[in-house]
Amino acid sequence: MKDSLILRASAGYVLVAAVVFSLFVLLRGHNEPGGGFIGGLIGALGFVSYGLARGAAATRRALRLAPIAWAGIGLALAAASGLPALLWHGEAFLTHQWLSGTPLGTTLVFDLGVYLVVLGFGLTFVLPFLEE
Amino acid sequence: MEILLALLFGVLLAAAVYLLLARSVLRIIIGLLLLSNAANIAIIGAGRVLGTAPPLVAPGAEALAASASNPLPQALVLTAIVISFGLTAFFLVLAYAIWRSEATLDGEALRLAEPPLLPSTDPALAAQAEPAAQGRGSALPEREGA
Amino acid sequence: MPNRTDWLVALPVLIPALAAAFGAALHGRPRAQRLLTLFSAALLLAAALLLLAAVADGTVLASQMGDWPAPFGITLVADRLAAAMVLITAIMYAATAVYAFADRGAMAEEALWHPLLAALVFGVASAFLAGDLFNLYVWFEVMLISSFGLLVLGGGREQLDAALTYGLLNLVATTVFLIAVGMLYGLTGTLNLADMALRVPGVPNQGAVAAVAFLLMAAFAAKAAVFPLFFWLPASYHTAIAPVAAIFAALLTKVGVYALIRLFTLVFPASQGWVGPLMWFIAAGTMLVGVLGAAAHWEVRRILSFHIISQIGYMIVGLAIATPLAIAGSVFYILHHIIVKANLFLIAGAMQRIGGSFSLARLGGLWRRDPWLGLLFAVPALSLAGLPPLSGFWAKLLVVQSGFAASYWWLAGIALATGLLTLYSMLKIWLEAFWKEPPEDAPEAAPLSRRERLLLFGPVVSLGLITLAIGLWAEPLAAFALAAGEQLSTRQEYIRAVLGGGGTTP
Repeated sequence: MKDSLILRASAGYVLVAAVVFSLFVLLRGHNEPGGGFIGGLIGALGFVSYGLARGAAATRRALRLAPIAWAGIGLALAAASGLPALLWHGEAFLTHQWLSGTPLGTTLVFDLGVYLVVLGFGLTFVLPFLEE
Repeated sequence: MEILLALLFGVLLAAAVYLLLARSVLRIIIGLLLLSNAANIAIIGAGRVLGTAPPLVAPGAEALAASASNPLPQALVLTAIVISFGLTAFFLVLAYAIWRSEATLDGEALRLAEPPLLPSTDPALAAQAEPAAQGRGSALPEREGA
Repeated sequence: MPNRTDWLVALPVLIPALAAAFGAALHGRPRAQRLLTLFSAALLLAAALLLLAAVADGTVLASQMGDWPAPFGITLVADRLAAAMVLITAIMYAATAVYAFADRGAMAEEALWHPLLAALVFGVASAFLAGDLFNLYVWFEVMLISSFGLLVLGGGREQLDAALTYGLLNLVATTVFLIAVGMLYGLTGTLNLADMALRVPGVPNQGAVAAVAFLLMAAFAAKAAVFPLFFWLPASYHTAIAPVAAIFAALLTKVGVYALIRLFTLVFPASQGWVGPLMWFIAAGTMLVGVLGAAAHWEVRRILSFHIISQIGYMIVGLAIATPLAIAGSVFYILHHIIVKANLFLIAGAMQRIGGSFSLARLGGLWRRDPWLGLLFAVPALSLAGLPPLSGFWAKLLVVQSGFAASYWWLAGIALATGLLTLYSMLKIWLEAFWKEPPEDAPEAAPLSRRERLLLFGPVVSLGLITLAIGLWAEPLAAFALAAGEQLSTRQEYIRAVLGGGGTTP
């Protein structure tokens, strides 16, 4: 499939579109269907289609970090989102905090963490297959 | 509705058990998928299928409407689906690695960890039956006959 | 103002979670990963000690995650048993982490080893603190996924086969667990263990409750590798690299035993008439099958794997008898067994490094080559067999004593006979590997460097010293186990801590 000119030429645009759409789904998940898990899957699919067109090595370059490292960062974000409650508010772990009057808060950090974990683990499993 | 779910659970479980008993690793993996889906159906069924409306609190209201379905089983099933998704991905990668290394997915032929000659009362025989790798575990062992 | 209880209970979950996260994020930076693992192991050890100190007087700490009140949200609970298990998990984390620095298999795939180990500890420590059934299921899966990864580290052919057997059977067990969770939720309308304990007696359909209890018992029995459901364990553990085998042997089956103890003391106490007799059968079968299986094998790790099974039988004895004394015996036995068994697997790895093989036919003369190793082997081996003055003696004494006290003569008799057969297996390893002249086809092994020796023997010596300390100074641990058994049998404090004052009526 790497020989398809159309696929190769469009791969970059598809990747950008997929990542933007996945971020939209991630943010939409706050009050509507969507969220980190689905967003992460969509993002991973974008990178997989990029990998089908340009090869695994190009995908790894586009990711900058190893996929497993992205998953680690995501897990760290998700775990850290529970800390403000413990540190400053005397509340139980994972009690979510909000910027007063806005829908922004630690839940978004948690969801972003989920997004990165799904993206990272999905690509950790799939990229070795593309390298064959 | 619950009768239907219970029947579906039974059918899925039976199919899963049948596939799990197969020799081919791929069939076993499909059996696992069916088994986890049977578990999801069981949770949905056991959580009582009553409501028809999505379990969302309307703006201004304090609690769920009476017609809302029970959100908890749905949350449990969602978690279980994600977990079985990850595990199935792992098993497929594992099956692929086995296929590349052994060129077979037949469960009977895969007796590497438990060679047929073991256990043996004779220590010398037992030592011969042990896998050639001798548990070195640090590098890829040489393939016999490959 | 930070809340002390919330901190204490959350830290054992948070530390390994962050260790796994940063360990993965530091992919490709081995030095940073090593420092991180050492640092988080030390941190977890400190957090576990603080937690144990806070619950030692009998208080039960409960923290409601996300501030959702008890029967609805996720609760983390620490009582005496849970805190002790968390501490021992932290000890195992530190011991295997240090040992692995000298293990070629672990170091060859270091980028994965560090995060996977932390993820395993994350799942195990959190499972011990889980206060609701579904949460327990999730921790089981976290543990399972990371253990798959650990099991295939090293890339041997037989490891693929082992991972398949191990993974499939464990996954079927957790799925059965999940089905039971769904059904129990349908019957009681709750997932919180404490709330469930109050509601189970009031369920009209007690037949369905018994069926679900049986499903849960089967699922945890498979996890704990007890008698009819143990096949996956001797099929897989011996293929893992040494530090992985050690931490598997120490922790994985014990999570199953812990879940059995928790469920059948808290939610389904002896009221279910069939539980006791079934548990005797399981306990007796597990002890005998394990020890006889070990007698038939000539490979060090296979022998040790079968001994895990037989030792699990002793822990089940406590549940079969179900008096506070018997449960205390189980608690003591678990704590002793984790240390001893992990140590034996670490020593098996060292024997292979020094003697070149795991097979008793190819080993020999280790006593002459490395007398220290022989001495280090003798401590956990004799403790496993239950000789005084080592920790195993007191553990077996408590179990057998509770058997006699409740006049389960034959169960106590089987326990004693199993002890003798264990001694036979340990003597077999001793005579073949250490005492016998090396055979002619003995493999050559490169001598250990000073650094490797230090890293391999450091954890072994530390665990051996703990075994000795428990043996020579058993009183505090025995008192602790008795208090834990009492606390598990009365249930009141646990339920009150989770549900608050209003938790008396369903």
